[in-house]
Amino acid sequence: MIAHVEHILIYIFLNVKSLLQNFAENGMAVEEAGGDMIELTKKMCRRGGFAAFAALISLAIGSTASHAQTPDAEKEIERYREMISDPMSNPGFLAVDRGQVLWSEKRGAKNVSLETCDLGLGAGKLEGAYAKMPRYFADSDKVMEIEQRLLWCMEKIQGLDTKDVIARRFSAPGRDSDMEDLVAFIANKSTGFKIEPQTSHPKEAELTAIGEGMFYRRAGVMDFACATCHGEPGKRIRLQGLPDFSKPGKQAQETMGSWPTYRVSQSALRTMQHRLWDCFRQQRWPAPDYASDGITALVMFLNKQAAGGEITVPSIKR
Amino acid sequence: MKRIFFLTACATILSASGAFAQTAPPADSAKVEAMIKATFSKAPPEWQARIELDETQRLCTDRRNQVSAAEADAIQKRETASVVFPADGNFLGDWKKGYLVANVGTGGQFSDVPNGPVGGNCFACHQLDPKELSYGTIGPSLTAYGKDRKYDPQAMKDAWAKIYNSQSAFACSNMPRFGAKKFLTEAQIKDVMAYLFDKESPVNK
Ligand code: HEC
Ligand code: HEC
Repeated sequence: MIAHVEHILIYIFLNVKSLLQNFAENGMAVEEAGGDMIELTKKMCRRGGFAAFAALISLAIGSTASHAQTPDAEKEIERYREMISDPMSNPGFLAVDRGQVLWSEKRGAKNVSLETCDLGLGAGKLEGAYAKMPRYFADSDKVMEIEQRLLWCMEKIQGLDTKDVIARRFSAPGRDSDMEDLVAFIANKSTGFKIEPQTSHPKEAELTAIGEGMFYRRAGVMDFACATCHGEPGKRIRLQGLPDFSKPGKQAQETMGSWPTYRVSQSALRTMQHRLWDCFRQQRWPAPDYASDGITALVMFLNKQAAGGEITVPSIKR
Repeated sequence: MKRIFFLTACATILSASGAFAQTAPPADSAKVEAMIKATFSKAPPEWQARIELDETQRLCTDRRNQVSAAEADAIQKRETASVVFPADGNFLGDWKKGYLVANVGTGGQFSDVPNGPVGGNCFACHQLDPKELSYGTIGPSLTAYGKDRKYDPQAMKDAWAKIYNSQSAFACSNMPRFGAKKFLTEAQIKDVMAYLFDKESPVNK
């Protein structure tokens, strides 16, 4: 019986996947990640995640309408919202669980856990910490976003050689990412909190302004800036709605409040580091350095536009 | 001499303050450039060179595309000078191949396979064949483009210039400068021109 259901679900899922691929703009990350949908389907069958399938299918159909707010689309989005906070239906919560284990695991030359890592609210305090990041840290005299800060804690507190962690910054089939898992766990502790951009330290204000400058910088073979694709409301590339980040408000809030996210097309939890890496790819720019200050600057600017947005993570996206 | 310097400085300050009147204080562009360098420090040198700014990109960046009339004229003049028309005087290639130019979205991305397909990805921003539902809206709809222009030779010449270098006609356009940046070949531009202007092309059906 179970095997039979599994079969049907795999069939549906593969169809959804090709649907998703058709919807994706050419050269989009769907192909490159080559996520293993069959494995995922089996995993989810075992967890009994029927709701997830219904939601993913409606997501596949609804994603085209996510920026065109017809009543039907709104209802779908509402259903989908309920689903993403249900740990039984959202595979992103597997990453949260793995992240929790990593957070308390003793590692590195000093054989200690990350539990004394200060994410801005005091050693080991996680509730609401992600909502106030990136922020200035006096100990490093730097503004850091979550992944920069975690690397810092691994090196300073655990004495961990982060080379391997950095090599696995983006997960792939058969290769977990500690960073994705840790971010999922930590960000989830800010669910229900509002995005609070930090600007009181001069370095925070300066980095936000630099991020804004980067957002409008046009370069490369196609003269693209972030603003080319995200500078006006109601635009789309192929069928994908493009959030407008040039103005503060709802689109920025909903976007920044929904990362990290479980990306169905990639069968992986992804963080903002991966999203911006992917956008630079589409922008025809080089690959940005992982956890570099420029990414932090862009996140500072995006969070400024998203101030007050409610965080519900990990979410689920196309 | 001093006077000329003074006037130029005034003009610069005035136009800059005009452009930014409604926005927050702009970031110091030297700091942005330093940050860009640091962000792509591990990219191969030829990739780093790709995102250095030419004169037009610098101005469109500084003005967030809102250039003054005089600046727009200067950009269009410079960009027009780069347009190369086909040597054989023939603007139109094969519309079927032109569909591929319009539909393919790879090329120029760090994830692309070496020597893989390169396309203009016109569908990402434009509606073209009215039967194709997956199209973007950053640019205007180009359905019936040739038909609406009665296949007029002057319209073809203008479209060639537009595709070769969008900014020859529209300073700081969001459309790439496909020919001037050597992204598409002359043959590819001919083919995509045929996709717009051939009577048999689905664009004109
Ligand atoms: C060539 C077009 C293009 C450019 C340039 C571009 N993006 Fe994107 N961006 C996209 C597309 C397409 C998506 C996916 C939208 C979707 O899934 O509906 C996206 C998604 C995003 C998202 C997540 C949106 C969400 O709702 O989850 C963020 C944040 C983002 N981009 C920021 C940026 C930044 C910052 C830059 C500049 C470094 C940039 N983008 C450049 C096309 C672009
Ligand atoms: C990143 C988005 C983008 C891409 C990709 C793009 N365009 Fe455009 N295009 C625009 C915008 C925006 C305009 C309107 C502003 C302008 O005229 O420059 C435009 C205008 C045009 C026009 C002039 C329309 C008129 O009013 O007469 C033509 C013709 C055109 N594009 C053809 C193409 C072709 C052919 C391709 C593919 C090789 C292409 N475009 C790719 C954004 C784009």
